Amino acid sequence: MPRVVSIFLPDLSTDRIRRADPSIPVEQAIAVIARSGSKRWVSAADAAARKAGVHVGMPAAKAQALFRGLMLVDADAVLDTNALERITLWALTQYSPIVAVDPPDGIVMDTEGADHLQGGEQMMITAIANRFRAKGLTARVAIADTWGAAHACARAIERETVIVPRGETVRAVEQLPIHLLRLPDQIVVDLRTLGFKTIGELSATPRAPLTLRFGPEIGRRLDQMYARLAEPIEPVRSPELIEVSRAFAEPIGAAETINKYVGRLVTQLVSELQRKGLGVRRTDLIVEKVDGARQAIRAGTAKPARDVAWLTKLFRDRTEKIEPGFGIERLSLVAIVTQPLEEEQRSSSLVEEDTTDITPLIDVFGNRGQRVYRVAPFASDVPERSVQRIAAAATERDANWVHHWPRPVRLLHKPDPIDAIALMPDKPPVSITWRGKRHRIARADGPERVFGEWWKRDSELEAVRDYFVVEDERGQRLWVFRSGDGVDPETGSHRWFIHGIFA
Amino acid sequence: MAQSGANPVITELRERISHLEGGVSRRTQTLPFGISEIDEHLPGGGLSYGALHEFAGGAAGTVDGAAAALFAAGVAARTKGKVIWCLTRPDLFFPALAQAGLHPDRVIFVEADREEDVLASMEEALSFGGLGAVVAELVRLPMTASRRLQLAAEKTGTMGLVVRRWRRQTEASDFGQPTASSTRWRVSVLPSEALPVPGVGRARWLLELMRVKAGECAEFEVGACNAAGRIDLSTGFVDRQDKAGRSVHSR
Repeated sequence: MPRVVSIFLPDLSTDRIRRADPSIPVEQAIAVIARSGSKRWVSAADAAARKAGVHVGMPAAKAQALFRGLMLVDADAVLDTNALERITLWALTQYSPIVAVDPPDGIVMDTEGADHLQGGEQMMITAIANRFRAKGLTARVAIADTWGAAHACARAIERETVIVPRGETVRAVEQLPIHLLRLPDQIVVDLRTLGFKTIGELSATPRAPLTLRFGPEIGRRLDQMYARLAEPIEPVRSPELIEVSRAFAEPIGAAETINKYVGRLVTQLVSELQRKGLGVRRTDLIVEKVDGARQAIRAGTAKPARDVAWLTKLFRDRTEKIEPGFGIERLSLVAIVTQPLEEEQRSSSLVEEDTTDITPLIDVFGNRGQRVYRVAPFASDVPERSVQRIAAAATERDANWVHHWPRPVRLLHKPDPIDAIALMPDKPPVSITWRGKRHRIARADGPERVFGEWWKRDSELEAVRDYFVVEDERGQRLWVFRSGDGVDPETGSHRWFIHGIFA
Repeated sequence: MAQSGANPVITELRERISHLEGGVSRRTQTLPFGISEIDEHLPGGGLSYGALHEFAGGAAGTVDGAAAALFAAGVAARTKGKVIWCLTRPDLFFPALAQAGLHPDRVIFVEADREEDVLASMEEALSFGGLGAVVAELVRLPMTASRRLQLAAEKTGTMGLVVRRWRRQTEASDFGQPTASSTRWRVSVLPSEALPVPGVGRARWLLELMRVKAGECAEFEVGACNAAGRIDLSTGFVDRQDKAGRSVHSR
C-alpha cells in the first residue's frame, strides 16, 4: 500500500522570479501577466499583490490601475517548468526514490518505506514544508493513500501540512470541490452547470450516465483517488544520473533470484562509477512489477562508496522487504547522489596501526532507520547542554570534557522535583524524598555553582543552580541541585531537583 | 594461564577440551583487570575477547544500571578500537564515561526504538569485527538471542558487553534466567571511602561475579573506575589520586 506525498507550490512563478533576483524587496508585490490572444491577464500573484486586491484571472490593465507599485512580469511557462523540474530533481535526492513532477505547480512522491528514516510522517512533511520555506518557496504538503487524494488535499488546505490517515481517503475528500479531481477544465465547467459541487456528490452519482455524457475520464479519476485503480508514479530522471537496469522476459519472484540480479546490477553500477571516478552516497533500487506497481529501496552511505561487497550488503539486508506480487519485470539501480572518489591506498600495515573503517557498519544501522551518532563536548556549563550529537562518521574531534567535579552516569531527561531538608544558603540537604522514597544523606560535596546562560535566553539572566553530590546511607549517589543561590529569590525558586545518578 | 600452576590436571583437561572444540584458534585472548585476586577467578586470566559478558546493577541500581554501565564503560575503555553502544533510552551522560577513560571519539551510539532492534544491532556489530567492544543496554536477554550474540562474538573475537537494566525493580528476577554469556556480574554501590574531611570519597562497588564459564563465583569490594577505566581492590585507605584540585565543601 503506497503512501503518497503531494507538494503544491501555489506561488511557484512569483517565487521563481524572487529566487532568480534576490534584490527584489519582500514587500514588493509581483504579478505575472499571461497573454491569450489579445487579452492580457494576471496568471499569478504573490501574497503582497493578493493583499492589495489583485487576483488570478483579473485583466492586467485592471490590476495596474488598482495598485500603482505593482511589478508586472511576463509569464514564461518554459522557465516555470524548468524550475519545477529542478526542484523535483533536488527532492529526488532528498526524500524518496520515486519523485515525479505533477504539472503545472506540484511535486508528487511515493514515500512508502521512506518516512521512518525521518522520524515518521508528521516529522517528514513538516520538515519538507520547512525546507521549502527556507528555500523561498511557499508549499502546501499533504500525505494520503493515493496520488489523487494527496493532490486534492494539498490544494484544498490553508495550513502548510495535512495527513490523511490510512484508509480515511473517503472521509477526507468527499467535501472537496470537483475541480480538485484533475479533470479537464471543460468537464469541470459542465459538471458545475449540472449542479455538482463536491467530489462526494459526484462519486455517489450512477457511473453510466456520467460516462455516456463525459467519457471515461471522470470514472478513472474517481477510481484512482479511491485506490480502486493503480496510478504508478513515473520517477523523474536526469541524464546525469547513472542508472543500470535489467528487464526480465520471464517475471522473477524468488528471493534468491532477486538477490542474484541485485548483485549483478551492483557490479555493473560499480564498474560504471569506476569509469567516471565517482563514489555513491545514495543508491535506489527500483522494482517494477507485472501489475505496473513500483517499489523502491533506498540505501545511503555515510561516505562515497564504490565497493561491491559493501553496496551489495546494504541491499541484501532489505531485499526481503520486496513483495514480488505476480512477478518482477524489471530491476533498476540508480546512483542518485554521487561524489568524486579517487583511488586510494587502503592500508600500509607495516608502519601504521591497523584501524578498521567502520563506515559500512554505520550505513547498515542508518538504513535500518536507527539513529546513529557520536557525542562531542559543547561549550556550556549547563549540564544538559554540554553534550551535543554529531554525525557518526564525522572527523575525530579529539576534544574532551574538562571537569574536576564528578559527573553522573545517568542524566534525567528533565530534572525531577524532590523534597529536601537543607539549611540555606549553601548547605547540602540532610535528607531528600524522591519518588516517595526517603534518602538520609550521609555525605555530600558541593555546591558547584552553574550560572544560567543569559546570552541564550533572557529568563536565564540571573538564574543559578547549586549542584551537590549527595550520598545516602546505603551508598546511592545522586546529583541534586537547588534552583537559585539560596539568598536572592531573583536567581531561582529555591526548590530542589534531582538531575542525575552516579555509579 | 593464571591457574596453570594451581592444578595441572585441570589445565590439561581444559586444553584437551579446547583442542576438541576446534584447536588453537579457539583459544581466545583475554583482557585482564590487572588485579590478581579477580583475574584468578577468570579462565584465561581476564575477561575473554570474543565472548559475551553481562552486567547488572544491584539493589536500587537495577532500574538505572548506572554502576553497571560505568563498569562496562571502564572495560570498553581498556580495549582498543571503536566501541558501538546500542540502546533504546538515551539517558547516558557522556562526561561521566569520559571520566572513566572512554574518549567520545571512540564511541558510536546506535539508538533504536525497540529491544529487538538493539539485539539485531549488537549482533551486526559483533559480527562486523575490528571493533574494540560492543555494548548494549537490554531489558531482556533470552537464551536464544544470547547464544546468537555469543557465536557472533566468537567468530570475530569482539568483546560483547550487555548492560542489563530494568524498567522496575521486580523485573530484576529475570537475571536468574540462564544465558549463554561467559561471565555475569552484578555491580552494587557501597558507601564511598571515608575521607579525613567531610565529603564524598571515591565511589566503591560490590562486584559479584555471579557466573563464569569454567570457574567459580566470587565477590569483591572494589573502588570504582578511575580515569583510565581501571578498578582496584578496596583497601579501606583513602585514595587521593583523583581528589587533587577539588574544592570540597562539606556539611
